[in-house]
Amino acid sequence: MVLSSSDKSNVKAAWDKVGGNAGDYGAEALERMFLSFPTTKTYFPHFDLSHGSAQVKGHGKKVGDALSNAVGHMDDLPGALSALSDLHAHKLRVDPVNFKLLSHCLLVTLACHHPGDFTPAVHASLDKFLATVSTVLVSKYR
Amino acid sequence: MVHFTAEEKTAVTHVWSKVNVEEDGGEVLGRLLVVYPWTQRFFDNFGNLSSSSAIMGNPKVKAHGKKVLTSFGDAVKNMDNLKGTFAKLSELHCDKLHVDPENFRLLGNVMVIVLASHFGKEFTPDVQAAWQKLVAGVANAMAHKYH
Repeated sequence: MVLSSSDKSNVKAAWDKVGGNAGDYGAEALERMFLSFPTTKTYFPHFDLSHGSAQVKGHGKKVGDALSNAVGHMDDLPGALSALSDLHAHKLRVDPVNFKLLSHCLLVTLACHHPGDFTPAVHASLDKFLATVSTVLVSKYR
Repeated sequence: MVHFTAEEKTAVTHVWSKVNVEEDGGEVLGRLLVVYPWTQRFFDNFGNLSSSSAIMGNPKVKAHGKKVLTSFGDAVKNMDNLKGTFAKLSELHCDKLHVDPENFRLLGNVMVIVLASHFGKEFTPDVQAAWQKLVAGVANAMAHKYH
């Protein structure tokens, strides 16, 4: 799976609209994921996962910032995400199935907040982008 | 068997009451074909599926999307017996249509995303969770008779 030039421009344009909300959207996506897919909570036994939790907000910001960074480096995602890739492989070891769940919840969040911009073509590009990021994050697992 | 709480049922039926089965069906199926192009393999006779706009405007896609979403309405009315409700359709999709059940999961998630884009803030995490449970239940029910 390769990101075409129109995928990249779709993703950049969509992320520009996100602007300073990346952290909030990251937190919202996490909350949605924990509620819809309770098995994902097993990776956060040390977190307060109640609505409005400061820990979830903080973690959401990390996720949002990492995605913003990825958007800025779409021509070299393995390079840009190398440290995160190491982290997920050797320390966090989140089962690969969970990246799809978070990706889905990120798309739901974006669709909620930017319905007018979330055209089918943009939806497709974002789905591809998140799948590519997920692939990079599990690339060093074995 | 999937069990839905009273709150989950309310969340589902409230959202469903505002769904336009004809328009939304076309959008859901269209997006499935755009976002996951390999799903087009089941629709060789649908004509022009060459671009996102061709797919979304294709009358056969709209008609079939309406059929699919109408069927989903049965799920909403029978949330306590999804397996029974979809038994015949499950057999059809296995024996005659040869559709990989993974496609039911993809369709369910596209439906959730379309609902999110239509309902915005009203599509809260709790409402989404109820719908994820329903689409997963439908996908499992549709796969149940496979052999």
